[in-house]
Amino acid sequence: MIGVGKIKQYSNILDKPLSKGKQEVSLSAFAFLFSELVQYNQTQVDNIAELERRLEDAGYAVGARVLELLCHRDKGNRRETRLLGILSFVHSTVWKVLFGKVADSLEKGTEHEDEYMISEKELLVNKFISIPKDMGTFNCGAFVAGIVRGVLDGAGFPAVVTAHFVPMEGQQRPRTTILIKFAEEVLRREARLG
Amino acid sequence: MAAIYSIYIIDKSGGLIFYKDYGSKGRMDTNDSLRVASLWHSMDAISHQLSPTTGCSGIELLEADTFDLHCFQSLTGTKFFVVCEPGTQCMDALLKVIYELCTDYVLKNPFYEMEMPIRCELFDINLTQALLKDRVVLLGR
Repeated sequence: MIGVGKIKQYSNILDKPLSKGKQEVSLSAFAFLFSELVQYNQTQVDNIAELERRLEDAGYAVGARVLELLCHRDKGNRRETRLLGILSFVHSTVWKVLFGKVADSLEKGTEHEDEYMISEKELLVNKFISIPKDMGTFNCGAFVAGIVRGVLDGAGFPAVVTAHFVPMEGQQRPRTTILIKFAEEVLRREARLG
Repeated sequence: MAAIYSIYIIDKSGGLIFYKDYGSKGRMDTNDSLRVASLWHSMDAISHQLSPTTGCSGIELLEADTFDLHCFQSLTGTKFFVVCEPGTQCMDALLKVIYELCTDYVLKNPFYEMEMPIRCELFDINLTQALLKDRVVLLGR
C-alpha cells in the first residue's frame, strides 16, 4: 500500500514495490468465506471424495501463489533445493504467514522413507467446523493439504499430500496431521545430492 | 448456588433449534420442549401488542415462584432463553456468551443448515465449558 505522504508515483503498476499488506485479517470474515466455499462445493459434488478433491484443488491454487510471493518477499529470491529445506520452509514460513504461527510439529514417517508429517492441534480452517457423523473421515483440512501440495509442486518437489484426523487420548478433539508423500524422483534426487 | 434448569434456542419463526436440560428437575421430552418453545415465541409476540408504550422489544425476564426465565433476542429474531432457579445472577451475561458461541460454532459451520436443529459438536463442547466456568465464577462470589 503506498502510504500517504509518499511523493514518488509509479507510472507502471509493475514497478510498484510489493507491499507487505495488512498483517491481519478478521478471523470471522475468513471463517464465513471458507464456510461458503465448502457449502458451494458441496452443492456441486455427489460424494465426499470429490468434495475433498475440490477443496484440495482450491488450496493448490493458493499454494502456488504463496510460494511465489514468499520467495520474493521473505527469502530474497532464493530457491530451496533440499528436502529438509523446503519442509522447514513450509512448516515455519508458510504457516507463519498464513496462520500466524508455526506448525506444531514436523516429523519423519517411521514406516516409509518418503513420508513426512506436519501436525497441528487444531487447523485454523477447522476452528469453527464440526463434521457431522455421517460424513465419516472427511476433513476440511484438505484445503490446507492442497496449499502444501501447491507449494511443494511449485518448488519442484512433487508429492501427494493428504489431511487426516488422528485421535489423541485424553483429548476430546483429534489433532490433524498433514501427510506428505514425496514422489520417487524427489528421493532419488535427494540421494544424489548427498 | 446457582442452578440452571434448561437452555432453549428458538429461530425467528418460532421453531426450537436447540434444547438442553441440566439436572433432573424440569426435564421435558421432545414434544413438550417444542410446544414450550412455540408458546414462548407467541407470548413474546403478544407482548409487543400488550405494551402500553411503543417500542417494546419483547419479554426479557419472567419471574415465577419456582423458576426464573431470562430471554435474550438477537437482532435477527433468534431467541435464547434459560430457565433457572429464582434469584440467579448474571444470566444476561450467560445468554450473551451463548449467543457468541452460537455465531461462532454454529453459523460458521458449513454443515449447519439455517433453521435446522443444532447438531454441532463444537457448540456443545464449548457450551459445557462456558457453563462450568460460569459456575466457578458464581461460586467464588
